[in-house]
Amino acid sequence: MSEPAILARGVTKYFGDFPALRRIDLEVKPGCVLALLGRNGAGKTTFLRMLAGLTSPTDGEISLPSVGADFVSVRRHIGVVGHGQWIYDDLSAEENLRFFASLYEVDNIERKLAEWLEKVGLKRFRHSRVSEFSRGMRQRLAIARAFLHEPLLLLLDEPWTALDDRAMHLLSSLVAEARNTGRTVVICSHQLQEALELADEIALLDRGRIGFRGPNDDDLRNAPDSLYERIA
Amino acid sequence: MKRFLRQAWTIAHKDLRSEMRNREVLNAALSFSLAVLLMFSFAFDPNSNTETRDLAGGLLWMVYLFVSVLVLNRSFARETANECLESLVASPVSGDAVFLGKTFANWVLILVVELISLPIFGVFFDISWVPKFGPLLGVFALGTWAFASVGTTFGAVTANNRLRELMLPLLLFPICLPALIACVSLTWGIFDPEAVTEISSWVRMLIGFDVIYSLLGILLLDYVLTAG
Repeated sequence: MSEPAILARGVTKYFGDFPALRRIDLEVKPGCVLALLGRNGAGKTTFLRMLAGLTSPTDGEISLPSVGADFVSVRRHIGVVGHGQWIYDDLSAEENLRFFASLYEVDNIERKLAEWLEKVGLKRFRHSRVSEFSRGMRQRLAIARAFLHEPLLLLLDEPWTALDDRAMHLLSSLVAEARNTGRTVVICSHQLQEALELADEIALLDRGRIGFRGPNDDDLRNAPDSLYERIA
Repeated sequence: MKRFLRQAWTIAHKDLRSEMRNREVLNAALSFSLAVLLMFSFAFDPNSNTETRDLAGGLLWMVYLFVSVLVLNRSFARETANECLESLVASPVSGDAVFLGKTFANWVLILVVELISLPIFGVFFDISWVPKFGPLLGVFALGTWAFASVGTTFGAVTANNRLRELMLPLLLFPICLPALIACVSLTWGIFDPEAVTEISSWVRMLIGFDVIYSLLGILLLDYVLTAG
């Protein structure tokens, strides 16, 4: 049996006296698309930041056994689309991608840059500065940045923000492609419908605890609002 | 080692390219240094007051220290836009490569401002610096590395602080005092070799300062970036 992609045991996180996460136990298999759902302040982003290595738990353990064992190999295989987009306004779209490709030691940089700029529809704007981009264009560039190094674990925090229909479709196809190639995807969102269309499994966070965990089935897809009723 | 240097260069190259795009730090720092040198030359009047030339080295390094703060403050401010600092923390690049890359970029930018404002300083204070350019460049390089290495570490500490423009100089100035004294003494010694006899001691001190604070930055930046 293969090692889990994500293994969390008793993960707790306090910000001062406020418990953002309370004894989270979670195991995610490689190749699974997990939708981490919940209302504002449920702890979704905090958990995602822990997976990305941006913050550490106050208590408990979190590991990514099938992704890598050491600092460099784990981080090289993680791709993140976060709230902040993580792109430099003063650089062009191509320069941004080239910078991150260098940090992640991507092979065949020129081919990959051309491929991803084409995929996210920014080829025409490759030399334009990001500060001139609309919010949607920036989000598409952030998606290209996150997928560019072909990570084994993709962490997507509200990835649909500012995307138009075409870009949303592109993101869905990228997530499906990632799943088909055995990569693990965690999607944090409070947009239930979009998340349920992509997810294999659902974890519902409620005030720092996992209130529901299970496979994504037709019942849920047909009546997403029933998710919140299940934990009420 | 090769990988570490390549990562550091990638970060330095990105910072320098960003700056070359809009030149906002270079333009601000240059304008500031020219304005302060002009004010010093009026305030101390080096043409009628010959003692002012003895102070010239100190005044020059005060200007350079202020210029350093402008450059260093911008270094991590650039990373806080769009939360780019998190992208560095989440990347497979270690804190020591981030430190070296950013310190090098800051060092280049500060040095450029210093070298451009040196001729203007020479004109305002009626000091012939051209024959002494070689030794001066050595002092500039060592002194600027001292400011850049300490400032990069504290720039990371204050990056997410609302009062970072105030906090950075508060942390930087007292710690850089030994380096500042060494730079002033060496500059004075270059312009007036009889006035300063222990040149080699000051050089050793400055090199020691650079090595110690570079090592501290290399050791601490990972912790500083991931704390919290």
